[in-house]
Amino acid sequence: MMDRDTRLQTRPASGLDSVSSFGVERRSLLKTSAMLTGVLLAQGAIGLLAPSLAWALEVKTIDQKQADTVLRLAKVLYPHEGLEDAVYALVVKAIDEQAADPATRQLVAAGVEALNAQAGGTWLTVSPDRQHDIVAALITDPFVQKVRATCITTLYNNDMAFAHFGYEGEAFSKGGYLHRGFNDLKWLPDPSLEASPAPYSA
Amino acid sequence: MAQFAHDDDSVVVIVGSGAGGGALANELCQKGVKVVLLEAGARQSSATFINDEWPSFNQIAWLDARTTSGSWRVARDFPTLPAWTCKTVGGTTAHWAGASLRFHDYEFKARTTYGAIAGANLLDWPIGLDDLAPYYAKAEDKMGVTRTNGIAGLPGNNNFKVMYNGAAKVGYQECSTGRMAINSAPRAGRGRCMQLGFCFQGCKSGAKWSTLYTEIPAAEATGNLELRANAHAAQIEHDARGRASAVVYFDAQGQKQRQKAKVVCVACNSIESARLLLLSASGQFPHGLANSSGQLGRNYMRHTTGSVYATFDEPVHFYRGTVMAGIIRDEAVNNPKRGFVGGYELETISLGLPFYAAFLDPGAWGSSFTSFMDDYARTAGMWIVGEDMPQETNRVTLSETVKDQFGLPAPNVHYDDHANDIAMRNHAYKQGEAVYAAVGARKVMHTPPYPSTHNLGTCRMSAKPGDGVCNAWGQTHDIPNLFISDGSQFTTGAGENPTLTIVALAIRQSDFIADQLSRRNI
Ligand SMILES: Cc1cc2nc3c(=O)[nH]c(=O)nc-3n(C[C@H](O)[C@H](O)[C@H](O)COP(=O)(O)OP(=O)(O)OC[C@H]3O[C@@H](n4cnc5c(N)ncnc54)[C@H](O)[C@@H]3O)c2cc1C
Ligand code: SF4
Repeated sequence: MMDRDTRLQTRPASGLDSVSSFGVERRSLLKTSAMLTGVLLAQGAIGLLAPSLAWALEVKTIDQKQADTVLRLAKVLYPHEGLEDAVYALVVKAIDEQAADPATRQLVAAGVEALNAQAGGTWLTVSPDRQHDIVAALITDPFVQKVRATCITTLYNNDMAFAHFGYEGEAFSKGGYLHRGFNDLKWLPDPSLEASPAPYSA
Repeated sequence: MAQFAHDDDSVVVIVGSGAGGGALANELCQKGVKVVLLEAGARQSSATFINDEWPSFNQIAWLDARTTSGSWRVARDFPTLPAWTCKTVGGTTAHWAGASLRFHDYEFKARTTYGAIAGANLLDWPIGLDDLAPYYAKAEDKMGVTRTNGIAGLPGNNNFKVMYNGAAKVGYQECSTGRMAINSAPRAGRGRCMQLGFCFQGCKSGAKWSTLYTEIPAAEATGNLELRANAHAAQIEHDARGRASAVVYFDAQGQKQRQKAKVVCVACNSIESARLLLLSASGQFPHGLANSSGQLGRNYMRHTTGSVYATFDEPVHFYRGTVMAGIIRDEAVNNPKRGFVGGYELETISLGLPFYAAFLDPGAWGSSFTSFMDDYARTAGMWIVGEDMPQETNRVTLSETVKDQFGLPAPNVHYDDHANDIAMRNHAYKQGEAVYAAVGARKVMHTPPYPSTHNLGTCRMSAKPGDGVCNAWGQTHDIPNLFISDGSQFTTGAGENPTLTIVALAIRQSDFIADQLSRRNI
């Protein structure tokens, strides 16, 4: 479960403008251990809304190989066609934050090594099928489980994912769904008025 | 709001401000009884509720230390979160969905109706539907339940349309938008449902009944209530005669306080109610207060639950509008030919994307899981709620190793499914799947139970003192001025969502307490 502060950073109220500026403004102040960058698909659900297509994530604690491994691991665990790397990068950000704790940093280091050992070299460079099989074999590994659990609370918990999967999120400020399609389904007949009365009108 | 001195021993102290405690406080205050209401959580409001699942959960869910044991799947999926309850003024009526159903008559007579079931500790309630009917009527009026008191039903949302059409195709007769404690039109100073879809996060429009903005302010307006928020009860003390005399609690600063009391009512939601009585063990009551029967903490029930989610070719957007938007009642009968006793309800459910990911199939990974996520906007869902069997070994005990933030032993919640529970769940999965298949479902997921939202039975009512903790009024058999005022009174769980019954029992109990006080019996 994520704490609230982490949550608010990964999903500021204004939403997608964070894509292009994952904390880059603090670069000069804080040590950077690695960097993830990418470009959003211009015509994707996220790209269409984002103020800028380029994104960058500064990593503070784990190293570049570990960051790349976590990103790839998230994609092997929870593969979604067309889901931007910018969303998967949020998992790296969350793991990096947890790695401020030395025990977690150690867990990440050992976990990445275990993946590599199983791959007989570098897990990142073996074929996708092989990557999948190695993850399946190591699924109870505490590092793999940490990344898996972090995926669940991170990957589907941000405005970019909301746009991608078609969840509209916060509703109160928009007056709920009373006039925004709560009953707009047309591919089945409407229930009887006895079962489902018409909405109240003053 | 009134203020009472800590050594004022004329007050009724109620612990917990949720469905049971909040309703009881208001009823007593309306009768002129002075009440101190202790609530562990902070006071929020519709304005501070958050339309965002995890932040809302972190804002008001009960997150104090708890442990689990037993073969139920919750112990594997959520080992430190056996239950989803709230810690806030208003209790779990902040997060509840509002489904408000009366029990059937036969459900008060489970032992007689079902006979002896091996492994189940079945018992008839000491009261029947006749006793409760007038109080159900009062509770429905108080809570503004749709389809009662001339209140119109709510309009069904898209999720309901899918359920309704599927139900009709498989031949179910009783499918509607049900009875909900949600305003379909403005009533009692509160607005109408705006179809926000965040019923599980606290209703920001105030359309859904919660003691937070109904019972508690009404009680405060009488001048007879002092609500103390951020007050965590740690122990109930008794005098030499064995009568409850005070409640010791930690205040917002973590300081120990002691409020003297004429009467103490425990309404902490079953897990914490049993825990508080166990924590109050003394030389005179070595196994916990009101535990001469040995049944305290036992017969913990959580309802037989599970969910069925189905994906379709066309959009549903099931997260739009009321979460429990409709119900199928045809299976809420006792028909042992189905292979189990007791009945169950099927109710629509929707989760936002974050919770859907967390609860759909905990622990799952890979493309079969992600394909369900990909179909999120084309998904419909329903929740199973049915009667589970009371078992002596399903129980709340004090942890020997884990402590909470006050250093008090955490509760351990042990639960094993009974064979009857499993048979019922499997039947309900099959029926739910048939409903969705009838309207073209592509894929169907049998989602395992969430952490318990219904927590019942740890201080059950019994006619005989040897069979349970309290009598037909919720008065403990052992200590006449100690009352159980929440769902932990339930002798058996019935197949319906419990809150209407909790509130009806609280109203009934308030009559009894006021009467006993006036006769100086307590
Ligand atoms: C997501 C969700 C949906 C639900 N939907 C429905 C529904 O549709 N229909 C239905 O009937 N029910 C529903 N429920 C269940 C319903 O919320 C509960 O049945 C009801 O709130 C229980 O009432 P209670 O008074 O026993 O406990 P609560 O309402 O939980 O109140 C207990 C209060 O006691 C406080 N407390 C606990 N220990 C202490 C202590 N030591 N000192 C001081 N205070 C303490 C808690 O902080 C809490 O505020 C739902 C629950 C959830 C979580
Ligand atoms: S759907 Fe209705 S009851 Fe539920 S939170 Fe919204 S306004 Fe409140």
